[in-house]
Amino acid sequence: MKAVVTVTLKPSILDPQGEAVGHAIQAMGVKGLKSVRIGKHIELEIEGEEKGLRAKLEEISKELLSNPVMENFHLDVRAGG
Amino acid sequence: MRFAVVQFPGSNCDQDCVHALQVLGQEARLVWHQETKIDPSEGVILPGGFSYGDYLRCGAIARFSPIMGAVKAAAERGQVVVGICNGFQILCEAGLLPGALTRNEGLHFRCETAHVRVETPASRFTSYYGTGEVLKIPIAHGEGCYRASPEILQELEAQQRVLFRYCNVEGQVVPEANPNGSSHNIAGICNAGRNVLGMMPHPERCCEAEMGGVDGRGILLGAAGVLKPI
Repeated sequence: MKAVVTVTLKPSILDPQGEAVGHAIQAMGVKGLKSVRIGKHIELEIEGEEKGLRAKLEEISKELLSNPVMENFHLDVRAGG
Repeated sequence: MRFAVVQFPGSNCDQDCVHALQVLGQEARLVWHQETKIDPSEGVILPGGFSYGDYLRCGAIARFSPIMGAVKAAAERGQVVVGICNGFQILCEAGLLPGALTRNEGLHFRCETAHVRVETPASRFTSYYGTGEVLKIPIAHGEGCYRASPEILQELEAQQRVLFRYCNVEGQVVPEANPNGSSHNIAGICNAGRNVLGMMPHPERCCEAEMGGVDGRGILLGAAGVLKPI
């Protein structure tokens, strides 16, 4: 199975990296740009369908891949490869 | 006092910490991150550096190192634990201190000498100083912007757990003196038990006159429990 975890900064956390990229986008001629937020896209491939894997993936997303103080995560689990 | 200075792969201030502690008359030993024992009589230092290459987030992987179980147990027993720079980031990731350290607001890696104000002498780490005393301590970090929820910030303030704040040379806590955008100009905090300190500035880099200053001595001597000479 395949799991995709998307980690994003919480809306209340300033994203200076995103702001810098936003300035570059504006320099490329986009006038209506409202905001840029940078996150992480993490792909996991796991063989088989272990019992309780979904809960384990939630735990991994929460404990390791994101920091709940400053980040949110979205876990997307897909069957097959 | 004897200190265990933890070496993670990517730590680079470990030798400096050992040297500074020895200069101050303390014992220090290096402890590899795969070890699992810290003596109940020892203090613990998590030094600066780039543990695990800062992969994922600063400190995110170091917190799973085998030694961290012993560090947690030491903190819970009331032993002194000091996290400097990357060590502060690790303490936050490990949940031994609240909040998180995020990318500097100005995006730049800041390597310079910062002025920090001692907010209260009411901790072993600040007992050498007076309230409002201004210290000159080197900083060197790219992710030192302290963030926590409004509730946590309020709790830290109410319990006088903000020990150091970035200030200007006159000791005024102003936005221009904030090198990284930290909430409330926070440079260092302690836990509720006041035995765990996390700070971004490097006290071990200013313990000898030859190094440009001695303002960090009191922090390490205080951590070691050496009483201030009258």
